[in-house]
Amino acid sequence: MIISIASGKGGTGKTTIATNLALSLENVQLLDCDVEEPNAHIFLKPEIKIQTPVCIPVPRVDETKCDYCGKCAEFCEFNAFAVFNKQIMIFPELCHGCGGCLLVCPKNAMVENYKEVGVVKKGVARDIEFVYGELKLGEPMAVPVIRKVKEEIDENKTVIIDASPGTSCPVIAAVHGSDYCILVTEPTPFGLHDLGLAVETLRKMKIPFGVVINCDGIGDQKVQEYCKKEGIPLLLKIPMDRRIAELYSRGIPFVLEMPKWKDKFLELFDAVQIHA
Amino acid sequence: MKICVTASSGSLDTQVDPRFGRCQYFLIVDSDTMDFEAMPNISADTMGGAGIQAAQAVANKGVEVVITGNVGPNAIQTLSAAGIKIITGAFGTVREVIKMHKSGQLKETSGATVSEHFGMGMGRKGGRF
Repeated sequence: MIISIASGKGGTGKTTIATNLALSLENVQLLDCDVEEPNAHIFLKPEIKIQTPVCIPVPRVDETKCDYCGKCAEFCEFNAFAVFNKQIMIFPELCHGCGGCLLVCPKNAMVENYKEVGVVKKGVARDIEFVYGELKLGEPMAVPVIRKVKEEIDENKTVIIDASPGTSCPVIAAVHGSDYCILVTEPTPFGLHDLGLAVETLRKMKIPFGVVINCDGIGDQKVQEYCKKEGIPLLLKIPMDRRIAELYSRGIPFVLEMPKWKDKFLELFDAVQIHA
Repeated sequence: MKICVTASSGSLDTQVDPRFGRCQYFLIVDSDTMDFEAMPNISADTMGGAGIQAAQAVANKGVEVVITGNVGPNAIQTLSAAGIKIITGAFGTVREVIKMHKSGQLKETSGATVSEHFGMGMGRKGGRF
């Protein structure tokens, strides 16, 4: 079973839920797919055993073959080419690596080069098989790295995917194919607003989902009212608790020091299995 | 001389569009006769690389000078490679800026005046994709 953890708003506690849930279950794999700023490893402190670079294909032009017909520029949806006055320019940072230019070039003048855009790290933390991706600094596209992280999915385990905040391509790439998505929010107007966006996204993707409210006690009741009105299961509430916050600030998942919470996370897992 | 001015519509008396890659129209004007061609900018709504695509379109028209408000780094790189002079900071009507250029009141730029995605408008700047 693949469970993804997403949110609309950032900083609501996705990684807190992902790491504590992983520590409460057995035979589990945790994938940190927030490759722009992965942080689950800070809490789980895995021993990294394998590091694999992630490369995307980028085109290079063999100018002895190119006759500047401009078909590549015409085809490229991301405008990575400019062709004019017997000149061709390539903007590799705009290339999404689809390889279409190689197919449309009538002179076979496109050569595929590879560019490293990130790295996938694999290791073990306690009994958790841990995988995370890191996008290279300055690289704009997270999706190829997320896809590589997800290639490591082991269907024989309970797979937990920690996604990035928001509702853009990296989130879609991370939650795509999951059996269930846990949306983590905080009970504030900001949390509610961005939760609404995430709900719309998941409904479109036809992935079943439920909500976890973190920092319960701050803000207002609007998230709960919203969930009730929309028929969205409220899976768990984690209170605004100084002890949890202190443990978090020291990089310790709170189930390790507050073992009673393991039962709550097991209940959360049961609820997920029922709703999925 | 063939001059391209970014414009908000297809007439000489329209205002200069301050964006290059995402302007509404390119007016390709013969500064001697004031004959012109109004070319709608097909890059205005593209997802990314608007400046590059627009620069390519302008270069293929054989213009010598581009007059606009602002220009981004990819557009300036492409226009420079095509040997096109770039004048930024222009405002007023297309007719007025052509006149100003003829009397030598406009200065060429060599660097980008804005960053990427400048002309994309609210809510899309710096979006993650």
